[in-house]
Amino acid sequence: MNTLGNKTTYREALREAHCDAMRADPRVFLMGEDVGKYGGSYAVSKGLLDEFGVERIRDTPLSELAFVGAGIGAALGGMRPIVEVMTVNFSLLALDQIVNTAATLRHMSGGQFAIPLVIRMATGAGRQLAAQHSHSFEGWYAHVPGLKVLAPATIDDARGMLAPALADPDPVVIFEHALLYNLEGELSGEWKSADIRSARVRREGTQVSLITYGGSLWKTLDAARELAALGIDAEVLDLRVLRPLDTAAIVASVRKTHRAVIIDEGWKTGSLAAEICARIVEEAFYDLDAPIARVCTEEVPIPYPKHLEDAALPQTPKIIAAAKAVLGK
Amino acid sequence: MIEFKLPSLGADMDQGKLVEWTVKPGDHVTKGSVVAVVDTSKSAIDVEIWHDGTVWELLTQPGETVPVGAVMALLLEAGETQEQALAWKRDHAAVPVAAYATAAVLPPAATVTSAPSTPAHDSPAAPAPPTLVSPAAPAARTRVSPAARKRAAELGVDLAALAGSGPEGAITIEDVEKTGKAGSAAATTPLNRMTEIRKTIGAAMTRSKREIPHYYLATDIPLARATEWLAARNTQCSVTERVLMAAVLLKAVAHALKRHAALNGFYRDGRFEPANAVHIGVAISLRQGGLIAPALHDCDSKSLDELMRGLADLVRRARAFTLRSSELSDPTITVTNLGDGGADLVHGVIYPPQVAIIGFGGVRERSWVEEGAVRAMPVVTASLAADHRVTDGHLGALFLADLSRSLQAPDKL
Repeated sequence: MNTLGNKTTYREALREAHCDAMRADPRVFLMGEDVGKYGGSYAVSKGLLDEFGVERIRDTPLSELAFVGAGIGAALGGMRPIVEVMTVNFSLLALDQIVNTAATLRHMSGGQFAIPLVIRMATGAGRQLAAQHSHSFEGWYAHVPGLKVLAPATIDDARGMLAPALADPDPVVIFEHALLYNLEGELSGEWKSADIRSARVRREGTQVSLITYGGSLWKTLDAARELAALGIDAEVLDLRVLRPLDTAAIVASVRKTHRAVIIDEGWKTGSLAAEICARIVEEAFYDLDAPIARVCTEEVPIPYPKHLEDAALPQTPKIIAAAKAVLGK
Repeated sequence: MIEFKLPSLGADMDQGKLVEWTVKPGDHVTKGSVVAVVDTSKSAIDVEIWHDGTVWELLTQPGETVPVGAVMALLLEAGETQEQALAWKRDHAAVPVAAYATAAVLPPAATVTSAPSTPAHDSPAAPAPPTLVSPAAPAARTRVSPAARKRAAELGVDLAALAGSGPEGAITIEDVEKTGKAGSAAATTPLNRMTEIRKTIGAAMTRSKREIPHYYLATDIPLARATEWLAARNTQCSVTERVLMAAVLLKAVAHALKRHAALNGFYRDGRFEPANAVHIGVAISLRQGGLIAPALHDCDSKSLDELMRGLADLVRRARAFTLRSSELSDPTITVTNLGDGGADLVHGVIYPPQVAIIGFGGVRERSWVEEGAVRAMPVVTASLAADHRVTDGHLGALFLADLSRSLQAPDKL
């Protein structure tokens, strides 16, 4: 649609993915707050109403509990709904529907009912939207059996992960970091074969594994470049899928580099970073040559002032410092 | 000046790690004094000195591994003054410690063991390796990464001798591999004593099987008389004074060897050197596996009671790893007794540079023909493996016959 050659943005890639899905399958529809006339809070669905009409691009009342529940009902009824929740903070209002219903019904019905639902939501901080719009609860969802949790961090994954998510017979939660929507770049052919099972090495390296996902990927890649200038060869592993975690890829990388720094915009306590840390210790303890380090968000509600927000979040210099520290430098 | 050198405590030893000095400068020592505890790959050994003198300078630090023949300490001879000692040292100052080691004659085993007999010191200017912390004051646990610890075990690198370059001074894989590649003798230590014991036994036995043309003989020896005699004797004794058949067998071996001196001694430099005394190396299995064969000295002149006490003491100390150096270097022949739990017959492997090994299987009730009648009787199968370069089967057979005869008259032993 709005692409010039392969040049595109994360937002446009998502929109293209929606268009493909709805053209390919009449059961697919999108609903959420302001997804229709307004074009979506982050403008992902801009223009879709014109092509697909009010039946398939549905504006909903301001009740996450209600419209996520409606999505579950539609999925049970044979549709393939995509439900957009404005931010992960607001998704907490629908937590009962997602955790108690969507994640459990297949198990509680003895496999009779599947819920092929896709829930998309924005996550993360960095735009001075303060504590109630900026948190990262990916780890909470990744805790729950019955859900699959995705974190596309690249334009290819934004373009490619929606189709396999829709094809999955169970509920899939997709986290889009709010700072990524404006990410510009080119699509490679890779998106066509995107899976929702595996992590991917975004940069090969030998001395330390920088393990991350979502919005932190680009800060981490910047850190890896700066580390290279300092003579430190860092590998960057993009988790992509937060549940189930690709433990094999994590362990393979650590076996190679013997050192790990985990970069996670969630808080450190009880975090996804903690889970990754534990898996490394369980499965690669004797390959570790240094304690595992974590770069996470400071344990405060995300502050509003710019300088405090910046200070609270994982940033490239913190990642560099952590990588140097595990190398004893 | 007396140079105290690390003695060879067996054909399979080419280096040792000083555990501690039991003397300090100024101490007067006499011949036979224990001056140091040295950890060989098999055991921690109390090392004796063979000169009278006064300890002047300790050159090796606890924790250091040095090759056999390395000068570990300097002692003043009677009447030697400080000035003379300093003058002596000046004359020898240009010679690094390691040179003493390489100049010294290494035991023949050094040519077959896999460990390189590299000098422990690069030069006198090299920084002293960190000393071992005394057991009384355990230091904080050294920081070692899990991967480094694993790698060190693979390479046999002593972590205590490394300085860490990782976070908070932790030892990393790189630190271990740097040292592992350098491969200095000082850095290797029996991290896993069992592995080391297997290695050293393997080296000695490989050498034995390669160099020594063994011949093997065996004979069944009835033990009815010896058993009855021993039982009767033991009823007269308190439990602690009782004698085991193993001691009787040793005594009989010593007795029979008096008439077959060609089985008792060493084969060195292409010729046989008979030994003056019968120091039987008694094969003792260690609880963790592996075995060691320290000497029971002067078996020919000791009484049965003395032999029994000596045997009990030797077994206890072998298993506690507190043997004396002379006990490891002195055996003139080996006896291996499989005991009642063992097999019937052992084909021994000679421990070089000895020239014979005598084996006893388990003592069993068997049918035995005597004076035209068959009767049940305790019988042991005695075997001899001997060096064909020194003796022939005929002599070996005579020895076994003598051994059997001795055991028929136990009261005369």
